[in-house]
Amino acid sequence: MAEIIWGLATSHVPPIGLAMDHGLTGSPYWKPLFDGYAPARKWMAENPPDAAIVVYNDHANAVGLDMVPAFAMGVADRYEIADEGYGPRPVPPVTGAPELSEHLVTSLIDDGFDLATLSRLDVDHGLTVPLSVYCPDPGDAWPCPVVPLLVNVIQYPQPTAARCFALGRALGRAIRSYPDNSKIAVFGTGGMSHQLAGARAGLINPEFDRMFLSAIEHSPEKLASLSREELIEAAGTEGIELIMWLVMRGALSDNLTRIHETYHVPASNTAAGLALFEDLGAA
Amino acid sequence: MSLARDNYVLDLAKARQGHALNRMLGSLTDPANRARFSAGEAGYCDGYGLPDEARRAVTERDYPALLEQGASVFYAFKLTMTDGQKMSHLSAPFTGLSPEEFEAMMRAGGRRAGSGRRG
Repeated sequence: MAEIIWGLATSHVPPIGLAMDHGLTGSPYWKPLFDGYAPARKWMAENPPDAAIVVYNDHANAVGLDMVPAFAMGVADRYEIADEGYGPRPVPPVTGAPELSEHLVTSLIDDGFDLATLSRLDVDHGLTVPLSVYCPDPGDAWPCPVVPLLVNVIQYPQPTAARCFALGRALGRAIRSYPDNSKIAVFGTGGMSHQLAGARAGLINPEFDRMFLSAIEHSPEKLASLSREELIEAAGTEGIELIMWLVMRGALSDNLTRIHETYHVPASNTAAGLALFEDLGAA
Repeated sequence: MSLARDNYVLDLAKARQGHALNRMLGSLTDPANRARFSAGEAGYCDGYGLPDEARRAVTERDYPALLEQGASVFYAFKLTMTDGQKMSHLSAPFTGLSPEEFEAMMRAGGRRAGSGRRG
């Protein structure tokens, strides 16, 4: 059976990708953030997965407001890079894992999670920036195929944090029932505290972010009990993206070890966090 | 520039109010549409059936009014990108700061929780 080897929680702020695309990672503004990534990147490069599940949200690019699935999974064999308004990022298209997608969708629906399926999906920064955090220089192709798992975080009511954590638990069961011996990584993306509009625009809450970074390891149930309103109050209107970290954490077993963590303010309007966990499997 | 609320949450009532507006803004992910928009903004908005106040908010880049009219912040940002600007150009008008002052605030650690204006 397949196994989950690691889980990565990371912010997916667009300018993090732009900094890589434009050779700015050594600039005074960006160097502290990318220095913070270095140990995680080294470890991930030494522990490459055969496929990755990337939990993210679309930002008004591929999924419009005509139909808003709470949860949706890509089932295609290829995903193009979205033009978000200033041309696509200069990164390779994303290769899908359609057989794995089919298994996961079937398993999750049988387990009570009725996902929408996406046969055509242009992936935006929510997916490509985390891939660049993992692999800064992909060349002509990303190092592994990807299954996108989308969560609605931009239209209220979003799925609850508790539901996201439960989806993660079901995702973990689904991955571990896939009948091959592949090694899988799970990415939970978005956050940390940020707010793009309103009189609170620019909100950063380092105390909450540090609490979240710590609790995601051994107290995810505490985070799963947060309401939408509590998340928006503490982490900002866009900080509610942190519910997607709980999908990743739910997929991992509770026998895990923290490989690396970093936190940096600012990445544009956002507090950028990263936490990398090795999943040691059934204890 | 319209006065901002503390928080904008796109609930279903706001999404219904802003449906045409968000469809128009979302169309700007297509480079051909960006060119058509830039060639004649008011006419382009008419093609999407925008209410007058939403069209005014678009052509005047009144971001607080755009969100008041039901624009999602991620859709409103399409306008900012079409203008070749950064997120600070969208965010700053809600706060009474210039984009440069807003970026300086972020470099200094951002706005701490609880320090927003009530609206």
